[in-house]
Amino acid sequence: MKLGLNAMETTGAAMVLSLVLVAAFAPIIAPHDPTRAIAATFGDPGAPSRAFPLGTDELGRDVLSRIIYGARISLTVGVAAMVVTMTIGVAIGLLSGFFGGAVDFLLMRFTDVMLTLPALLLAMAFVAVLRPSLLSILLVIGLVSWTGVARVVRAETLTMTQRDFVLAARALGAPPSRLILRHVMPNVAPIIVVMAVLGTSGTLLLDAGLSFLGLGVPPPIPSWGRMIEEATMYFRTAPWLAAFPGLAILYAVLAFNLLGYGYLRRRSRRAVLTAP
Amino acid sequence: MLAYLLRRLVFGAAVLLGTSLITFTIAYVIPADPAVAMAGAKADPQTLATIRAQLGLDQPLYLQYARYLDRALHGDLGRSYIRRENVTRLILDRLPATAILAASAMALALLLGIPMGMLAAAYRDRTLDNTLLVLSLGLVSMPVFWLGTMLLVAAAVYLRSLPLGGFSGWKSLLLPSLTLALGLAGYYSRILHTNLVDAMDQEYVRTARGKGLSRARAMIKHAMANALLPLVTLAGLDLAGLLSGVVLTETVFNWPGIGRLAYEAVFNLDIPLIMGTELFAALLVVLANLAVDLLYVWIDPRIRLSDQA
Repeated sequence: MKLGLNAMETTGAAMVLSLVLVAAFAPIIAPHDPTRAIAATFGDPGAPSRAFPLGTDELGRDVLSRIIYGARISLTVGVAAMVVTMTIGVAIGLLSGFFGGAVDFLLMRFTDVMLTLPALLLAMAFVAVLRPSLLSILLVIGLVSWTGVARVVRAETLTMTQRDFVLAARALGAPPSRLILRHVMPNVAPIIVVMAVLGTSGTLLLDAGLSFLGLGVPPPIPSWGRMIEEATMYFRTAPWLAAFPGLAILYAVLAFNLLGYGYLRRRSRRAVLTAP
Repeated sequence: MLAYLLRRLVFGAAVLLGTSLITFTIAYVIPADPAVAMAGAKADPQTLATIRAQLGLDQPLYLQYARYLDRALHGDLGRSYIRRENVTRLILDRLPATAILAASAMALALLLGIPMGMLAAAYRDRTLDNTLLVLSLGLVSMPVFWLGTMLLVAAAVYLRSLPLGGFSGWKSLLLPSLTLALGLAGYYSRILHTNLVDAMDQEYVRTARGKGLSRARAMIKHAMANALLPLVTLAGLDLAGLLSGVVLTETVFNWPGIGRLAYEAVFNLDIPLIMGTELFAALLVVLANLAVDLLYVWIDPRIRLSDQA
């Protein structure tokens, strides 16, 4: 059996699509208002039942509806933070790889420095001094996760810059901006797309971790990580409170990972086939 | 060889210098006023001025940085605002718990990840390979704090003899290490799989196979040596990633380590402690990288012999 390309990529793509649809149509899909106390549970979490398939939390709010609405905030943060990450990483990688010399040296040493700081630890410190808000969290996640992207893009750019077609364009007098945007960038684009897809799983996990530590998007917006944090108090009596939002995070992260690794796998196989 | 090591040492020191600049920037340049953070928003101007003078905040930034750096070089990372204790002491007190956790998690990750990667490569493109691929992606995709919480739930219900938090003997180590290790194991198995598959296509493996060596023997005796090498580098570099996981795992299991200390520091806006834990984490990562460099000298003759040639 060969579960090649496409099983992984199609599954991943279908999962991502389902997430986007759930987020987009949350008000239609969700059975209840995620912020309102629906069940009269008097301060105790309610077990899953026919009326509330995933149970209710300690305030009587429907867990399923909170997870559905949580897709909005988690996906928004994950994707937007990925865009910030990619913007910084691609810019640094392109500049470093294309210009080389002192520019390359300075940018890469800066990257080395950032690599020594554990992403979550750095993000925690940033959020603490900036105060958590939607915008600050996007920027912080982007600021701490661009290093890998920059390194890969730099390496790709470096090999591209030495290729004949770029040399030819340079000989014809094309300015650096044109060389980068018209000749190097399109050839580096595929790897950028893969890194963006895989990067989204990273930003989703980082956001979930920050939320779990109480440094995520402030309440009352329900985010999956925050739901788990609130549920830890009840992990003995109401384990479902933590279980289901975690499964939602796992589903989302796995979706992007399947899509990204599926593509990589297909590509490397093709590369193996075309090798002399 | 000596030149190589010296170069790595200078590089490590330079990187740490950069790190100190970044932590300093976060701590003193971004927030409006550390004195307010310390004394509270309602403090009178007189008090604030005194605190600023005490902390040297009325001096120019470059002087403050020089002073901070000078102290850090002497092992003094300042005093915690909240705990009123020496930051270096606080960190060193917590180091053993974190070191034990990180080491056992890393060992467990390699113990699980290496056989997974080898099996997947041995059964390349067969059902077992695909199953292991999906399994490892699942492991990588799990939020570490959720996995920890779920393991706690399972232990509370089924394994009543296991402690549910804190640091008390090897039994208490089991759940936190497993929590940290599973994701890493998935990751290492992927890397090893890719490396092994690449190595198996190389000429030297084909030669070994041509001599009549079985696929399994060729993989274990020839391909593994080269496929494992990048894993050593990664295990060293991953320490930074591991330390991120440590913060979450220690929070879930109430583990008295540096991760928990860093979390408390952030929660209390205890700036010297935040800077101290960041800088210390960076120091650990730089030291781990140096250790990997040293290991390479020992493992890889191309480096060992390069300067003699």
